[in-house]
This record gives sequence, structure tokens and C-alpha cells, in this order.
Amino acid sequence: MPQSTATAMLHLEAEQTDLLRRVEQFLFLEARLQDTHAYDEWEALWADDATYWVPANGSDTDPERQMSIIYDNRSRIGVRIDQLKTGRRHTQTPRSELARIISNVELVTRVGDEIEVRANAIIFEDNLRGETLWASRNEYRLRITDGGFKLVRKKVGLVNNHKPIFTLSFLI
Amino acid sequence: MSGQSPNPDYRTLIEPTRVRSVVYHDPQIFEQELERIWHRTWVYVGHISEVPNKNDYVTKSIGSTPVLMVHDRDGKISLLLNKCPHRGNQLCAYRQGNRGTFTCPYHSWTFANTGDLIGYAYADGYGDADKSGFSLGRVPRVGIYRGFVFGSFANEGPSLEEHLGGATASIDQLLENSPEGELELTAGFLQHRTKANWKFMLENETDGYHPAFVHGSVFQVTDSGIGKLYGPQSTALTRDFGNGHTEFDLRPEWRRIGKPLEWFGTSETRFPQYVKAMEQAYGTERARRIMIDGTPHIMIFPNLFIAEIQLFVLQPIAVDETIQHVTALQFKGAPELNRRLRQQTMGSVGPAGLLLADDTEMYERNHRGAVINDPEWVTLTRGLHRERRDENGYRIGHSTDEVPQRAIWRHYTELMTA
Repeated sequence: MPQSTATAMLHLEAEQTDLLRRVEQFLFLEARLQDTHAYDEWEALWADDATYWVPANGSDTDPERQMSIIYDNRSRIGVRIDQLKTGRRHTQTPRSELARIISNVELVTRVGDEIEVRANAIIFEDNLRGETLWASRNEYRLRITDGGFKLVRKKVGLVNNHKPIFTLSFLI
Repeated sequence: MSGQSPNPDYRTLIEPTRVRSVVYHDPQIFEQELERIWHRTWVYVGHISEVPNKNDYVTKSIGSTPVLMVHDRDGKISLLLNKCPHRGNQLCAYRQGNRGTFTCPYHSWTFANTGDLIGYAYADGYGDADKSGFSLGRVPRVGIYRGFVFGSFANEGPSLEEHLGGATASIDQLLENSPEGELELTAGFLQHRTKANWKFMLENETDGYHPAFVHGSVFQVTDSGIGKLYGPQSTALTRDFGNGHTEFDLRPEWRRIGKPLEWFGTSETRFPQYVKAMEQAYGTERARRIMIDGTPHIMIFPNLFIAEIQLFVLQPIAVDETIQHVTALQFKGAPELNRRLRQQTMGSVGPAGLLLADDTEMYERNHRGAVINDPEWVTLTRGLHRERRDENGYRIGHSTDEVPQRAIWRHYTELMTA
């Protein structure tokens, strides 16, 4: 698969077109689980060595040195989900009403059983405070498994992450 | 008072143990706060470690006013106003950088980072005008306490040390946790926007009554022992340092437990390099005492909150909008500890933080409640019967008492009626 984003789609072979479809279906599934607060099902998408990263102050920061909005390993993803499930995560009680569009899905590279994917997301959130529109450029690393894919790494690059943003307590 | 009167009488709005809700949501009161608090008293701006090199600058604010904190070409820390004195253009559009001069993009007027005008385009248009009349505006008083940079728009008034008073002891306590006695804020800030009045944050930072309820979800799903510190059996204290500075003092609990680094939910064996560096710096006995006591939890009026592992700066934007800037504390000479400080900070605070997202939800609900007129007052009587003085004469109370909130309003009233 070519590295160049400009030519990526032009050189897709039939087999890769099939892979792209399957990747898209996986991303749409993830989006639906997030929109509907299907916490356990969403958590089950992650691999054991997962990283869930929402940078702040740009998208090329070093999360090991700089503050990020979210920089969870697998264990902290679990804590985040467990907290949501207590029913006392006040910022999600009542829960945000959500609908998101995942689009511009591109296969970037494939190394062994792992593929790098890019996509854009637009998320509409309605909660007690009001209506908020979120926009992000996402990067994913997916591991191909027997049953489909596992999320190994997800990076959500909010386009306004260098500015003050409202509470972000739904699954992005 | 209706909230619309031209000059509210603050002594009828604020009593020692209750406050009228209107004080949180009246736009006119907010304007008067900018004038009488934010543009008069000492306000925390930044830390010198954010501008370590000559010509470094970072964009900060005092209240609603953007300020450039500059390590200028003469080696001095200056607070310049981000406005070209020619036609009033915003001068610098970047959050931070390193430069010896600032050039206004509108007509190319160029200023040294000391604030002095160096030159303007097509100079003949100004004849032999005196450039010294066109320097950048600046915050007239800059005070630095152990690396913490404060500014005051008042030409005269109490010194920074007088303003900080007993709160300096907490800053000293904080810095002892570095083997080199210094703080470095190098991890960048998260910026958390909220539709709520800034005073809800000011009051909540040292409120020990809420954690068991607002943060019960976190205590439930982690093995954190923190929950107990905020319960009825806790020996922790609330303290009023005067001048609106308030503290939640956890040391009685940590001393009772008596284990180094327990304050950070960890132990000496996990941080051998840090413990060794601390012992070398302070001697075994004193290092042990420092590592048992841990770091402070103090709200320095009106906008600097040091919360054990992170530092918050409150920035009021409008009567119903505030930004919480937050970063991990980083101690010079303590890389092992710093990594955990960053990780714990990222997990707990900012827009997605397991703790702060819920606090911030409360701020917005606070604000929605405040606009309802009945009941008109919020009540701050908790622990009045057991409020007492410590050995230094500061008011103290139980960890869940409203000593800090009464203290904040006492100082607020003084400033607003001065």
C-alpha cells in the first residue's frame, strides 16, 4: 500500500478495497458504540497493549513529556469506563446526546497484521450546558484478528486543542 | 438589591455566613470585580521556568487583559501589554516563542522586548518625534516569589510578600519537595472552558465537603485512599491565611500515617532515585519529614491553585465563563517523580479528567442555580461552632468545614468596598 496520501486511493487493489470496507465498518461500529454509550462493547474493542491519546496544544507533542487531554493506557481506559458505569460520573448524568460522522477514511500503511488508518470525525453533542460541535483528525492503528480488528492505538487530534475547550466526558 | 442598581452595596450582598446568589451572575458586579480585584490586587501570571532563556515570552493574562510575560533582553521578567501603542492592534498573535523584538503587522512598528519602541516604517512621517513616548504598556508592578510571577495593575499597594502573608509557607513547603528546591512548569497547560462564574472555582478549590460526593465515582473504581481524607473522621484541616488565601491542610493525616510518599499514593521503594536525591539534599531526617508531609493544597487569591500534584490558574472571561488552565507540577532534580506527576495529572484534571470534569459540571450547575432568586442566599455556616485559631493565629476548622469560603468572602468584601 503506498505511503503517499495523495495517491493512496488510486492504487488500491481489489483486496485492499475489501480491507478498506472492513475498516470503515469497524470505525462506524466504534462510532455507534460511542454515540450510544455502549461502554462494555466499546471497551472490548481495545487490545491489551492499547493507547488512547487525545493531545493538547497541537498534534505533534510528546505525550510522555507534555500534557494531553487524554493519554490512557489499557488499564486507565478501564478505569474511565468503570467510572462512567457507576452512574455517578456527574458530567455524564444525564448522558450527552451524540451523533458523529466518521469520514475521509484512508488506509495509510500495513505492517504485518497491523494497519494504520486515518479518518476525520465531526461530533454533535447536546448536554445540560448546550450544544457543542467537535471536529477531529483521527489516526488509528488496528490489529487484524480472527474476529475482525482490535484498536491498538487511537489518536484524536481535536482541531481546536490549542484553545480552551469544554468538558469532554463522552467517549471521543 | 436588584442586581441592576448602579452601585451595589456589597455589605448588603455579603454577610459573614451567607452570600446573595446575585453576586455570582450579575454582569455589573463582574465588571466591578475586574476593576477592584483583577486590576488592582496581586494576580498570579506565570512561573519563571516558562521563560527560562533570554528573549523567551509566553502569552498570559490578568483578568480579561492579555499580558506578555517576557524574559527580556536585559534578563528581566517584564509583563507587557499586548497592544501596539500606534493604532491599538494586537501585537503578538503567538502563545509563546523566543524573540528580542515584536513587530506590529499593521504598520510595522517594532518594539524591543523591554517594551521600548525601536522604529517605525517610513520614519520621515514622524519628523523628529520622541520615540520614548510610544513604549508598550506594562503591568506597573511585577513581584516574584520563589519563581512565581505576580502582577498588579495598581501603582501602589501592599507588597507581594505582604499580600501572600502566611501563604508563603505553603509555597516554601511545595518547593522543598524538589531536591533542588525549584519548580519547573515544562509540560504545557490544558485549558478547560466552563460556563460558570469564576468564584465557584475559587470557593471549591479548598472545599473539603464535596469530594466524597462529587468524586465518589472515582473513589469507588480505584483503590484511592483519598476519599477518607475528606470524611467526617479525617484529621485534615481547613485554614484561612487571611487576604483570601485558603488551604486544605492534609499534613495531620499524613503525619498520623507516617509513611513517606503516602501523600502521592506511593512509597519510597518505588522511587529510589528520588529518595536518595532528597536525602542528599536535606539529610535523612528532614527528607523523611518532607516526604511524609508532601505538597500543599492551597488557593492563593484570586487565581492560583496549587493542588498537591498540579497547578491551576483561573482566568475569568465573562460573568458566566471561566477558563481553568492546569499543568502538572514538575520538580527540578526529580525525573522519576515528575513522570508520575504528569500521568496522574492527565488522568485527573482537564476537560476529560476523572476528577475535574465532575467539578466543572458542578460549577455549571452552581451557575444555573444562582440565577434562581428563591432562596436568595447561599449559606456558609458549616463548622462555625468549631472554628478556632491555630498556633499562628490563623482560623482553622475540620476538613469539611466552610472556613475557606467564609474567608474568601471576607476578603472579597474588603476589596469590593475599598
